[in-house]
Amino acid sequence: MRKEIIFSMKSPYREEFHIYGYVFGSGEKTVAVVGAMRGDEIQQQFVSSQLVRILTDMERCGQITQGVEILVIPSANHFSMNIGKRFWPMDNTDINRMFPGYDLGETTQRIASALFDKLKKYRYGIQLASYHFTGSFIPHVRIIKTAVDITKEAKFFGMPYIYVKSPEPFDTVMLNYNWQIWETKAYSVYAGTTAVIDKPAAKFTWNSIIRFLFQAGLLNCKTEPGFVSQVLEDKCFRTLTADNAGFFYRQKSSGSTVRKGELLAKILNPYDGSVEGEIFSPEDATIFFAHDKDLISEKTAAFQLI
Amino acid sequence: MIKTVFSASLPIDEKLIIQKNQIQGAFPGKRLCIVTGTHGDELEGQYVCFLLSEFLNKNTDKICGTIDIYPAVNPLGIDSITRGMPGFDLDMNRIFPGAKDTSLSDYAAYSIVEDIKTADYAVDIHASNIFLREIPQARINVDSASALTGLAEMLNIDLIWIHPAATVLESTLAHTLNSLGVKTIVIETGVGMRITPVYGQRLFNGIINLMHKTGMWLGKAPENISKPIIAATDAVSFVNAVDSGIFLPEKEYGVMLKKGDKIGQIVKPLSGEILSEVFSPDDGLLMTIRAYPVVYEGSLLARVIHNS
Ligand SMILES: [Zn+2]
Repeated sequence: MRKEIIFSMKSPYREEFHIYGYVFGSGEKTVAVVGAMRGDEIQQQFVSSQLVRILTDMERCGQITQGVEILVIPSANHFSMNIGKRFWPMDNTDINRMFPGYDLGETTQRIASALFDKLKKYRYGIQLASYHFTGSFIPHVRIIKTAVDITKEAKFFGMPYIYVKSPEPFDTVMLNYNWQIWETKAYSVYAGTTAVIDKPAAKFTWNSIIRFLFQAGLLNCKTEPGFVSQVLEDKCFRTLTADNAGFFYRQKSSGSTVRKGELLAKILNPYDGSVEGEIFSPEDATIFFAHDKDLISEKTAAFQLI
Repeated sequence: MIKTVFSASLPIDEKLIIQKNQIQGAFPGKRLCIVTGTHGDELEGQYVCFLLSEFLNKNTDKICGTIDIYPAVNPLGIDSITRGMPGFDLDMNRIFPGAKDTSLSDYAAYSIVEDIKTADYAVDIHASNIFLREIPQARINVDSASALTGLAEMLNIDLIWIHPAATVLESTLAHTLNSLGVKTIVIETGVGMRITPVYGQRLFNGIINLMHKTGMWLGKAPENISKPIIAATDAVSFVNAVDSGIFLPEKEYGVMLKKGDKIGQIVKPLSGEILSEVFSPDDGLLMTIRAYPVVYEGSLLARVIHNS
């Protein structure tokens, strides 16, 4: 394992900021993994740090294939994480809305540029991602749909679902999309939670990444079998929004299989505790996403079903 | 007349309400929408909306058509000094045209577009953020420059900045409205979290002038409307910080500079060092100057439009 400095910057009053990369093996730049780009992506950084631990051990045991290189960047934003912020401490900008970056631009454009300069040379890219809705997802791999179909290798993860998402305008400034434009096969892996560590989901996620590395021919080791992934498109989803506001008293979580007519959540009056509304499943389905805060506003996405 | 454009219950005893003031002229005519407050920390538009509501309410007999004033597209943001929608990650100006039945923010965006989309004109007033001071300007996508420049010139501003098209900007309110046939001008002016009264007055005059020129205003035409510089992106030089520290500006925005003129310096208060001096890269107009003193490497300090 080699530890490299990818980006450094002085700050007015804090210690110098560094982004580190951990490099395993040597040769063709084959897989790059990026952990936390936002300060609350603690689960994502946890998974990445465990990958560094596992790959360090595998390298010591000679289990990394000759002639390939794996890069892991566990964190690109500890300046935010150390002070409990999601976005860049100074201007609240999101590093993952700055790709491909600009080395003469604003601070977060420079960070994105330094990251992308390093990352764009790899054949496969794996980003441990979080989403702009707070809630829990079934662990899954997400692909931004472009001209090249990369679902075949997405099955290497053995995750239950692969979501092939049509790009929206904001995707064009994110890492995943830019990786693809630069011909890296890019996968966003959703590890269940964001700001809190969910150990089973974290372990499931790092095992999936190890499985990917093995299937892609980068490791010679035994891996546990995974799922036969189901490929989802935008039209496979049905969003259930709340018709009321109040306490969100959830009966079902992401990953649950539910029957038509089954109660998914109640919304309770925040003053007297009475039931203001109930959300039922309109069909037999699996819960892909569930709102996981204890309060809910009207018209908010409470569940996404597949 | 005050009308509600969107309403949704928040968890406890409160609704998120987006409202507008609809001012109906005595005579039929076009419909103009004045929109501001998408970014909750940009307040320059508040003063413009106040001036317009107050003035137009008293002068409906001189108005042909309808003026809709939306002072707070993001009311929770304005009331809580939050740039975005509190509790929601994305910039509200990156989610248009929005959608029904997906999320609260999408639904709000959708409702705003539905309400405005039959208008003839819209002016979307942004301020700069808290970091920069800007001279009053319109920002126009190069693809719509021919359709919009004439309208922007009516608004009594100093600059029209024609910027390149970018996919990410297709989800702005202005892009959405323009693609629906509402001629929409984006204004950037002043600084975040503050009101610059002189610029508010100028925009007020500019909007009355636009109404006059489009046949919506029968009263006296405003005088001394400023003729803006029209600049493409390659006419604008950016000056970014090369050190992290405290920026002390030495020039006011809006002044003409010579190449090499000192704009300011970055200092280190702990040791008393001057870390770097900042000079103008060109002869030209200082359109932007850093307002917030703390800077990191890369922070934007100034923009200069070169003479030509
Ligand atoms: Zn704005």
